[in-house]
Amino acid sequence: MDVLDISRWQFGIITVYHFLFVPLTIGLTLLIALLETQWLRTRQPEYLRLTKFFGKLFLINFAIGVVTGIVQEFQFGMNWSDYSRFVGDIFGAPLAVEALLAFFLESTFIGLWIFGWDKLPPKLHNATMYITHVGTLFSAYMILAANSWMQNPIGYTFNPETNRAEMESAGAFFDVLFNKVQLVTFPHVVLAAYMTAGAFIMGVSAYLYMKKADDREVYYKGIRYGAVACLIAGVGVGITGDIQGKIMTDVQPMKMAAAEALYEDEQPAAFSVFTIGTPDGRTEKFSVKIPRLLSYLATGDWDAKVRGIDSLSEEYQSTEWATPQAAGGGDYVPNIPVTYWSFRFMMGMGFFTAAGAAVILWLTRKRAVPNAKWVGTLGISLPIAAVLGSSFGWIFTEMGRQPWVVFGLMTTQAGVSPGVSVFEAWFSLIALTVLYGVLAVIEVGLLVKYIKLGAEPFAEPPDVPLGGHDDDKPLAFAY
Amino acid sequence: MELSTLWFCLVAVLWIGYFALEGFDFGVGMLLPILAKDEKEKRVLYNTIGPVWDGNEVWVLTAGGAIFASFPFWYATLFSGFFLPLLLILIALIVRNLAFDYRGKRDDDSWRRNWDIAAIVGSYVPALLWGVAFANIVAGTKIEPLGDNPPTAFFLEYTGFPVLDLLNPHGILGGLVTLTLFMTHGAMFIALKTDGEIRHRARDFAVKVGLVAAVLAVVFLVWTQMKTGNVGSAVVFVLAAVALLGGIAMAKAGREGLAFLGTFVTIALAVAGLFVALYPDVMPSSIDPAFSLTVENASATDNTLKVMTIVALIFTPVVLVYQAWSYWVFRRRISVHHIPDPEPEPVAH
Repeated sequence: MDVLDISRWQFGIITVYHFLFVPLTIGLTLLIALLETQWLRTRQPEYLRLTKFFGKLFLINFAIGVVTGIVQEFQFGMNWSDYSRFVGDIFGAPLAVEALLAFFLESTFIGLWIFGWDKLPPKLHNATMYITHVGTLFSAYMILAANSWMQNPIGYTFNPETNRAEMESAGAFFDVLFNKVQLVTFPHVVLAAYMTAGAFIMGVSAYLYMKKADDREVYYKGIRYGAVACLIAGVGVGITGDIQGKIMTDVQPMKMAAAEALYEDEQPAAFSVFTIGTPDGRTEKFSVKIPRLLSYLATGDWDAKVRGIDSLSEEYQSTEWATPQAAGGGDYVPNIPVTYWSFRFMMGMGFFTAAGAAVILWLTRKRAVPNAKWVGTLGISLPIAAVLGSSFGWIFTEMGRQPWVVFGLMTTQAGVSPGVSVFEAWFSLIALTVLYGVLAVIEVGLLVKYIKLGAEPFAEPPDVPLGGHDDDKPLAFAY
Repeated sequence: MELSTLWFCLVAVLWIGYFALEGFDFGVGMLLPILAKDEKEKRVLYNTIGPVWDGNEVWVLTAGGAIFASFPFWYATLFSGFFLPLLLILIALIVRNLAFDYRGKRDDDSWRRNWDIAAIVGSYVPALLWGVAFANIVAGTKIEPLGDNPPTAFFLEYTGFPVLDLLNPHGILGGLVTLTLFMTHGAMFIALKTDGEIRHRARDFAVKVGLVAAVLAVVFLVWTQMKTGNVGSAVVFVLAAVALLGGIAMAKAGREGLAFLGTFVTIALAVAGLFVALYPDVMPSSIDPAFSLTVENASATDNTLKVMTIVALIFTPVVLVYQAWSYWVFRRRISVHHIPDPEPEPVAH
């Protein structure tokens, strides 16, 4: 493999890995803050126990999300220096703003939440978690704006003297922030995060509800609370995903065609549920199709034409692209088996999560205890499915854009660092992959330990002395 | 002032903030095996930086993001050129941060021992390598256009031998300076934030390591000044040395707050001096000055810089206010009797 391939594998591995932890971080900060508010309002001990229990699980997850995030910011420059040079004038700004607006907020206020139980008045303590959540939203917004620009670059001009894309005007920054791809991607991603966090609270609660016969009330509340979040957010994920499909067809028709392995233009186009055939889907042995559905998903019109891979490939090959960095796109067709199946897995995992949540909600209605061992297992599988759904969504989005790194402006191969050696690239890929593998084992081990322990018994939170500290008491939380 | 010069200053401020803040939590990590006599004291040390290290570290993310946005060509050449040192720093930061978060999650001696190693090594490595990196940036590295391209900033890449070219005497000395300075800074912080025996041990140690740091720093700064300095950097370097000696004197006199302020100002001024010596280059080439990345040829457009300036002017003060407030919330000294017992491991059933 050359530096390009190694760097692509590395980017894929460490970015997918990073994003395993992100949806839970975004979603749980809100859901835990709401649980704490619920405790402050109702004074029902279960809500404080759930707050602390899921707070602990959240922090185990958050820690890895943070450390793997640092690599994200550095690797653009390390492995993709020509990409960074080409896009830096536009793409760098949201990244810098993300650090200034989001990372400071998250890191400072999560520290206050963790260590502040005996230092801040209860309402202020609760507020620190809401503020942390706002930080995660800022972060998601900025990085998604940067990514949306790669999918649908706007607000730039190409400057042949500096050989890069440059911000058209200062006001063009708003075009980047309110890119139409961004406006639907952000809610889609954030709602999926709420769905994941809801599934996590519900699933873990369901597992413990089945297991801890003498302590059911707290987990019953967890099931209800998580399910409501998961299902409401799930509906939102579906709606935004639908809108996203139509915008994608508009700005990146090849990605939609690749999602469906649709080679010929079709009018009206059928949606393929699944196919057995050659890996690239060109010949089908067996397939299940729903007539006209793809036309609707892609355009909102049941009779519309959807363009296929072949005609788009031909068109792209005869297009004169405006930048030298657009050279080397080959046939402009992404990896079809990957796009076709990741698209299906994304949706399948989403539907499975929502359906599983509904089943558990039904089985435990009115505090019923189902006489079935698999309910706990189903519970644990829900957040895993939700996280995988997000992963497949990103694999689809990024692989579907290939061979472009910035659609229409720069191919991925033009973005790689020219000065990095094969040895350096391998060293980094292997070191990070091994390290991340070890961290995964440690993290899962800790999650399993703390999930099995369950929520701690209720304890009155410490009094916070007004204006001063009680100097002799042990810390409420210590490393 | 040109916007690109303003952003050169802002980038410098971000690095100053990073080293002055994370410097002491690197120091605390490095001092774990030196100052803590038992498990409870170790936990005292961990907890002095518990609520704040993460916020300190964000300064480097913001510095990286700011370089990317305001000097894309600098970001690209620096990060791809210093590939392996940066990778090592990243790995060190990862294991170190997780050590803080995970060490107390199991009541098991070998678990704690392993995370201690991660925290200690993870603090030494970046404390050394950041100094090596900055010494090399300021002194100049092998930068030239790659291939037959014209010498526009787009094509300027680091072409030196990975790592080994950076490990020259001046670079290594720079690394030892940051390492000992951060260690001194950490000891001052511990003296300020703890109570009991460890507080006195930290204060005594700060004086000793501070003198070593002072000797190394003076040699390094004089050497740097001779290599590339100007009048401005000379003045700033002298002030940095004065601040360090003042800090050490304050530590000896038992004035812990002023002593910590002394090393804080020392680090801030030393980094500021490096940036003054660097200007108007951002990454000078040791091959040919025509290949140097400068404030002018490496910068983003004025449009981008305008946007960034507005954002920075609005939000930087806000960040400073709430970060300072967080330090205020956690201002009390910690001693062994504040450390709760570890949570017991669950009994298998």
